[in-house]
Amino acid sequence: MQEGLRNKELQVVKLDKKAYHGEEIDLDRYLTGGKDRPYLEKLDALSDENKQDMLIAGIDTSEKERTGSFILEDNTVVHAHAFQEGLEVLGTGAALKKYDWLQDYYWNLVQPDMDKFTEAAETDREGGYFIRALPGVKAVYPIQACMFIGQEGMLQSAHNIIIAEEGSELHLITGCTTGRHVNSGMHIGITEIYVKKNAKLSFTMVHNWGEDVVVRPRTVSVVEDGGTYLSNYISMTPVRTVQMYPTTYLKGDKSTARYHSIIVGFPHSDIDVGSRVVLQGDGSRAEIIARSLTRGGRIVNRGSLIGEQAGARGHLECQGLMLSPDGVIYAVPELEARTDGVELSHEAAVGKIAQEEIEYLMSRGFTEDEATSMIVRGFLNVKIMGLPAELEAEVQKAIELTDESSF
Amino acid sequence: MLKIEDLHVAVGGKPILKGIDLHIKAGENHVLFGPNGSGKSTLLGAVMGFSKYQVTGGRILFGGQDITSLSIAERAKLGVGIAFQRPPVLNGVSLGDLLKAVNAGENNVDKMAEPLHLESFLERDVNSGFSGGEIKRSEMLQLLVQDPDLVMMDEPESGVDLENIALIGKAINQLLQRNGFLDNESIAVCRREMKECRHKAGLIITHTGHILDYVPADLGHVLFDGQLSCTGLNPREMLACIQKYGYERCTSCLA
Repeated sequence: MQEGLRNKELQVVKLDKKAYHGEEIDLDRYLTGGKDRPYLEKLDALSDENKQDMLIAGIDTSEKERTGSFILEDNTVVHAHAFQEGLEVLGTGAALKKYDWLQDYYWNLVQPDMDKFTEAAETDREGGYFIRALPGVKAVYPIQACMFIGQEGMLQSAHNIIIAEEGSELHLITGCTTGRHVNSGMHIGITEIYVKKNAKLSFTMVHNWGEDVVVRPRTVSVVEDGGTYLSNYISMTPVRTVQMYPTTYLKGDKSTARYHSIIVGFPHSDIDVGSRVVLQGDGSRAEIIARSLTRGGRIVNRGSLIGEQAGARGHLECQGLMLSPDGVIYAVPELEARTDGVELSHEAAVGKIAQEEIEYLMSRGFTEDEATSMIVRGFLNVKIMGLPAELEAEVQKAIELTDESSF
Repeated sequence: MLKIEDLHVAVGGKPILKGIDLHIKAGENHVLFGPNGSGKSTLLGAVMGFSKYQVTGGRILFGGQDITSLSIAERAKLGVGIAFQRPPVLNGVSLGDLLKAVNAGENNVDKMAEPLHLESFLERDVNSGFSGGEIKRSEMLQLLVQDPDLVMMDEPESGVDLENIALIGKAINQLLQRNGFLDNESIAVCRREMKECRHKAGLIITHTGHILDYVPADLGHVLFDGQLSCTGLNPREMLACIQKYGYERCTSCLA
């Protein structure tokens, strides 16, 4: 293992490797540092302004109905705390010091030399969270993690590790946001996710970045026998560019992964988001449902299912709604069977709202605008995500808040 | 209530209705017969104002007001309502939420869903995975909540089993103030009272006429090749004639 680590470090020569998708970004444009923010014992100590900004991304600083909180402000872990026995929330730096074994999980699923962004994150080892549920522990409420950029032009870099140990159940809501006076910045997030035997993890990410923020998450997850991984992604506010293609390996027999994403594009934004599931276990199941709606920006909606084991089944659904003559929605669903006996399917549809649906509602007395709004809200409905009721209400609230500010 | 004068309607540039004159008075229920493609759905759609149907001549009056150039929503607000034959699915919009939004008055939506056996459908997306009968019942419930003065129905019995036709018939009677979901005792009282104060009007397209077993109709019309070829006071007799001699002969025999 030590050998492996050394090898990983040896790879760190500046490659400046371009990412496979997404526009080119000049990292030198952004500030580094931001590691000297004061630690907060209590979230109460946050300013009211920051509390409100975080709430929009689903982070409730009153911590009512939460089992833990984590906040990364710029590049400082300003808060990390879990209140349920058997749950751990630590800064990744602190966790690496605490647990030697964690080295096996660190830079294990995501490779540092993947592209220039992973490389940049590799040089910064402190930021990010370590969240873990011990075997058999079922989290009563979700844990919340906030990625917060508070300084204009800051490059925030986080390395996160999530472990749901055997038979555990964990719900995580990550809210990514910028302070209201921050317009530009960059976020790089490495996230390595481990769902062990018969464990269940729901990972809900709400993006609420500033208008000129560049976002490059790199996420890989592995699911063992009987494990379930649910990923929900919501981005409904203007952002400069997001590019990510999280990948799940369904290694275990009867393992399940489900990706849901709801993305709203705005003028000048460029969003290239996909979900990929590699089905390797006997009886593994995957479902990807992606909904994108543009009010003028460009959205690339990727999805990929790769079946490597007979008996694996997956379905992919891409729906795109154009609400502006200027936007672009580019749907790229991909299916790849690498053996016989796998069942993979997809459906994709891109276009405007069907006139028939609008007129159906108009015949019930709604104006054209009201009818359109009802259909759009239906399209963006998070109920399909199947979140725990409390979490769903929270996400719904976050959507309504962003909704009010954007419609 | 509804007065249509020399109405000409085209679909995609092709003339479908070629001069329709029709007068439906308050409290009356009219039935529309006619072969496939004769323009029955076009007539209903044009009265509602759907964009697919271009009015190329004539006019539509509702309650004395010319509504020919009004939007669909404006017509609905004036009291025009329609039950769709094949309504679209509204993903993410639950039937319950839609009904609450439609509900202008003090209707108890949950309670109204009961007689139509739709209580468990309120949480479901509108028309998503609904069977033929469920779609019709859902359309009826929406109209009951909307409570229009003129109720237009495009083949309310198509794709519906016998048991459900009776239920749909009751819902239509309720909409038309003709003793819908009432028990036997109150019917006698209501029959006397309601006939006088009844003002709701109906226009129903039917192929099979099954719905006439449950819903009384005052007048029947045959629409043939874009024109109302005949009108009769006994719709059931007209239907029998059509079944015997066909639409074309019926046209000549009744005219």
